[in-house]
Amino acid sequence: MSTATTPTEDRDLAPVSTESLAELLIAGDRPPRPSALAASLTFGWRAMLKIKHVPEQLFDVTAFPIMMVLMYTYLFGGALAGSPGEYIQYLLPGILVMSVVMITMYTGVSVNTDIEKGVFDRFRTLPIWRPSVMVGYLLGDALRYAIASVVMLTVGIILGFRPDGGVLGVLGGVLLLLVFSFAFSWVWTMFGLLLRTEKSVMGVSMMVIFPLTFLSDIFVKPETMPGWLQAFVNNNPITHLASAVRELMAGTGPGSSLVWALGWVVLLVAVFGPVTMRLYNRK
Amino acid sequence: MNSVAIETAGLVKTFGANRAVDGVDLTIPAGTVYGLLGPNGAGKTTTVKMLATLLRPDGGEAHVFGHDVVREADAVRSRVSLTGQYASVDEDLTGTENLVLLARLTGHGKKAAYGRAAQLLDAFGLSDAAARQVKNYSGGMRRRIDIAASILNTPELLFLDEPTTGLDPRSRNQVWDIVRAVVAHGTTVLLTTQYLDEADHLASRIAVIDDGRVIAEGTKGELKASVGAGSVHVRLRDAGQRADAAQVLRVALDAEVKTEADPVALTARVGNGEGGDSGERDDKGAAEKAARALAELARAGITVDNFSLGQPSLDEVFLALTGAPTHDAKDTAHAAGTAHAAEKEEAQA
Repeated sequence: MSTATTPTEDRDLAPVSTESLAELLIAGDRPPRPSALAASLTFGWRAMLKIKHVPEQLFDVTAFPIMMVLMYTYLFGGALAGSPGEYIQYLLPGILVMSVVMITMYTGVSVNTDIEKGVFDRFRTLPIWRPSVMVGYLLGDALRYAIASVVMLTVGIILGFRPDGGVLGVLGGVLLLLVFSFAFSWVWTMFGLLLRTEKSVMGVSMMVIFPLTFLSDIFVKPETMPGWLQAFVNNNPITHLASAVRELMAGTGPGSSLVWALGWVVLLVAVFGPVTMRLYNRK
Repeated sequence: MNSVAIETAGLVKTFGANRAVDGVDLTIPAGTVYGLLGPNGAGKTTTVKMLATLLRPDGGEAHVFGHDVVREADAVRSRVSLTGQYASVDEDLTGTENLVLLARLTGHGKKAAYGRAAQLLDAFGLSDAAARQVKNYSGGMRRRIDIAASILNTPELLFLDEPTTGLDPRSRNQVWDIVRAVVAHGTTVLLTTQYLDEADHLASRIAVIDDGRVIAEGTKGELKASVGAGSVHVRLRDAGQRADAAQVLRVALDAEVKTEADPVALTARVGNGEGGDSGERDDKGAAEKAARALAELARAGITVDNFSLGQPSLDEVFLALTGAPTHDAKDTAHAAGTAHAAEKEEAQA
């Protein structure tokens, strides 16, 4: 506990030098305000520093995705495709989408925990491009998603995943996933600002994530589902994304799912970006 | 240079049915320390948050250096800095990283940001802790890094929201030194505090705020004169003599005497000195009265172990300004007093 060490630390503390302080105050000239990009990148740097100081938080982008690949490949592989090796060719792009989309909900949690702290108030009193704080979170998270993707692809290739799209196809798929996750995270920044506790953010996120990811074409092709479910699955943004990533990696794309997925990206940012910023300004 | 830093008219903020700030009018001159004094929940922090563009007022107007806090929020933001009650720095980052982050966000290049951070850490005596995460800092160090972050870009107006709450006396004095250095440079400081003592040391003008309203405003002298000079605290050697002592003090000081929970302690409020209308003369009058009261105690054969003449406490300021104490500790003290009056008769017999 830090409180236990307080007295000794305070006694050892060097005195404040009011002379050099005065010099600093006089020397302080105001540079022009940073550009929107510079401010966003600076907040992205903050997110990287947090990963550096608390590397345990990478657990959810390393161990969790490995678990997902192993679990679903061997659980469903034999029943759905005859063998796990067969099934992983279909499953891997989808399970990659599912894991990364699930990880995006931590964005809302970190926004919510930051609000409780005073540092959020300081950011809000800075004369900078207002969305840059939020964009910073998302940039830091993009790194986490990239780590998760690399981990899962590595595990997948060890298990026998052989994408026909080659390196370019795989990279294209990952890039599309990152772009979509960036857009989708605005939903979570909104909840992070809207809801009062970390727990409620988690709760609501689960309510959204579970139906969206499971009721998609990630595990099975929609053909065997009842009609009403097919209607949902075929119009689910996660289905569009998973299909597009699968096509890119299999080298059969880019098809209409890619257009759909990119359309969702634009729609998500256009709707949830402004809502988030409105909440941020009013908080 | 604008000579008025902050001007508010009828500022209102409501949270549901609670009118946290209920029509605050303030005119705060530039280049000084202005104290906003009041108990917890009085509306001090809410007022500061509105002025710092963190909260949108529900009514009234506020201008900072002539800029409207709602319509010209960015212009206000480029001139102010806020140090909140809790540390407004990122606890997961180190001291250097925090300052570099803010320096970059205020437009400094990478090299300049690191240079400025190092200079600030040095001036605030934090060089040794520069590479440590702020969550491992002590309370005093957190305050320092927090204020360092706030003056990073030499703001024209600095909000300090209860900067010394929870600090030990030494760290508190160091924060006061920093505030004095910042003001000497020309920055205006709006300080909120629960301690009259702190406002007295730093502020040139003070507004007393309670229930979302300004109930008194003026220079330190004016405020003190309206309250009285303070309290006499007496500790007796013998608890049995307390009732006698209370009677003597009541007559000598012509004031209400409170018995404390400590069985040998007494407190009496000292009224205004004769004809005094400035703070200085009041203090003198109070000291004379107190000395006379002590002499009376000695004549009555009551041994005084310890004696002090204290400044008016915030409780007393409130008692004087609103006619009601901030809490009802007074009633219990009275009950204790009557019990001791009975003992007194026994002792005399």
